[in-house]
Amino acid sequence: MHNQESTAAGRHAETAPAATDIRMETRKLSVFYGDTAGVNDVSLSMYNKKITALIGPSGCGKTTFLRSLNRMHDLTRGARVTGQALLDGSDIYAPKVDPVTVRRRVGMVFQKPTPFPTMSIYDNVVAGLKLVGIRNRAVLDEVAEKALRGAALWDEVKDRLKAPGGGISGGQQQRLSIARALAVEPEVLLMDEPTSSLDPQSTIRIEELMSELKKQVTIVIVTHNMQQASRISDYTAFFYVGDLVEFNPTAKMFTNPNQKRTEEYITGRFG
Amino acid sequence: MTAFNGNTTKTGSAALATPVLSLGRRYWRDRLMLGLLASSTILVLVPLFIVIAYVVVQGIGALNWDFFTQELGSPTRAHTGQPTGLVHTIIGTLVVDSMALIIAVPLGIGAGVMLAEYPDHRLNPLLRLLNDTLNGMPAILKGMLAFALIVKPMGTFSGLAGAVALTFVMLPIIARATESALDIIPWSIREAGLALGLPRWRVILSTIIPAAKVGLVTGILIAFARAAGEAAPLLFTSFGNNYLPSRWTGWLFGPVDTLPQRLYSLAISPYKQWHEMGWAAGIVLLVMVILLFITARVTVRRA
Repeated sequence: MHNQESTAAGRHAETAPAATDIRMETRKLSVFYGDTAGVNDVSLSMYNKKITALIGPSGCGKTTFLRSLNRMHDLTRGARVTGQALLDGSDIYAPKVDPVTVRRRVGMVFQKPTPFPTMSIYDNVVAGLKLVGIRNRAVLDEVAEKALRGAALWDEVKDRLKAPGGGISGGQQQRLSIARALAVEPEVLLMDEPTSSLDPQSTIRIEELMSELKKQVTIVIVTHNMQQASRISDYTAFFYVGDLVEFNPTAKMFTNPNQKRTEEYITGRFG
Repeated sequence: MTAFNGNTTKTGSAALATPVLSLGRRYWRDRLMLGLLASSTILVLVPLFIVIAYVVVQGIGALNWDFFTQELGSPTRAHTGQPTGLVHTIIGTLVVDSMALIIAVPLGIGAGVMLAEYPDHRLNPLLRLLNDTLNGMPAILKGMLAFALIVKPMGTFSGLAGAVALTFVMLPIIARATESALDIIPWSIREAGLALGLPRWRVILSTIIPAAKVGLVTGILIAFARAAGEAAPLLFTSFGNNYLPSRWTGWLFGPVDTLPQRLYSLAISPYKQWHEMGWAAGIVLLVMVILLFITARVTVRRA
C-alpha cells in the first residue's frame, strides 16, 4: 500500500490518479451532533502524498469532516459518525478498530499551537514515543533531531532543547506541534487551519514545510485562506452547509470550477 | 479635532462628551470601590489575627523544652511540677495525619480524575453523589463510620482508625479540588495528546495532571489543614493517650494522641496547668499547618 510509484501520476494533477493512489477515502460519511448533521454523506478521496485542501465558509463542516478522519469525535459528547472512512482500504470505524491505533497513523495539527505546557521542547517532540515506553536515549535523540529538522525548527532550538515548550514564539510553537506530530511518523497528517493564528512569515515557513512534507506524508488541510489553498494544495474540496459541493484538482478548481457556488465562493462573492 | 468642536454627527459628539464629563466621577467611584474592598479584606483578616495572637499569648508560657520532649502522664505531674509535655501528641499527629494523607491523596486524585475526565461514565453520577454526601457529612459521623469499620473489628482504638476517619475528611476535598484543577486545563491539550496516538490514561497522567499540579497541591493542602484541625472524628477512633506507646506498633494499632483531640481534653480538664498546655498545643498545630503550607508552596514554585 505504500506506493512509491504513485508520485508519477501526481505530476499530472489534471489527470485523475489511479485508485491505488488513494490513501484515505470516505464513503457516505456523515457526522451528527445530536440530531443535526454537521457533515452530510460526504464521499471524498485523499490521494497518497498529495495535499488536499478543504475550503468553505465558517460552519460548513470542513473541520468536522477533518476530525472524523482520525476519530477525534469519539470524545465529543453527542457526536455520532455514520458511513465509512477508509485508511488504506480498511474502515477506521469498523467495530474492533482501536482509535489509538488510528491516531498513531493519522496525526493532527490544530489551529492553535498546543505544546504540552509542562514539557521541554525536546520532551514535547518525543512525547508520542516516550509516553508509549520508548526510553532508548539514542533513538529518542535521533527522532527528535529528525522531526525538528523536518519541521524546519532544528536550527532555532537546537541549543535550548531543554527549555520549556511554551517559551518559544507562536510560529515556533506551531512548528513544534508539527514536529511532535511527525515524530511518530504518521502516514496521514491532518491540519486544521494550522496558520490562522500566525503572522505572514511563520505562515510562509509552514507552507514551505508542507511542500517538503508531502514527499513522505499525505496531508489534508482545512484553510480559510483561498490563496493558501491555491498555493499549496494538489486537490481542493469545497464544502457548503455540511455537503461536499465540489472536489477537483486545485488548478481546475481555481480556474474553471464545475459548480457555480464554488466559483462564487472562490471569487469572494459569498462566505 | 472636529469631534471636540462638536462638528460631527449627534451620536459622535455625545459618545465623546459623556466620558469627558464622567471621568472624574469614574475616578472617585474606582477609589471608593477599592476602599470598600480593602476594608472588607481587613475585616476578614482582623479576627484571624486576633485568634492567632490570643492563642499565642495564652500558650507561649507553656512552650518549654519539656513540652517537646516529655509525655503528658497523669495530672499530678503538672500539679507537682514534674516534667510533663506533649511529645507523644506531636508525634501522634504527624503519624495519623501522614497516614491519612497517604490513603487520601491517591484515592482523592483518582476520584477527581474520574469526575473531571470521564463525565459520561456510568458510575460518574454515583461517585459525585457519594462525594457530595461525604463532603456534607458531619465530622463526628465520619468518626463513627471509622469506628464501625476499623475499631469494632480490631477490638481496639488505633492510630490507623484515626487515619481512616481523617481520610473521610480529606477525600471529598481532594476529589473536588482535583476536578476543578483538571477542568481548567484546555481541552486542546487532551486532543493534542490523543492525536499523537496516546491512550487516554496516558494523556491524563503525563500531560493533564502535570499541568494541573499547582491546583492539585493546593487542594491537598486545604484538605490536610482541614483534617489536621479536626478533633471530632478522632474521639472514638484514635481516642487519645497520655503516654508514649511502649513499642512502635503502638502508633498504628494502639490508641494514639493527636493535637486537636488533646487540645479538647486539656481544655475541658479542671487543671490550670493543663489549660495553658492546651493553648500551647494550639500554637503547635497552627505552626505545623503554616509550615506545611509554606514548604508545599515553595516546592511547587520551584518545580
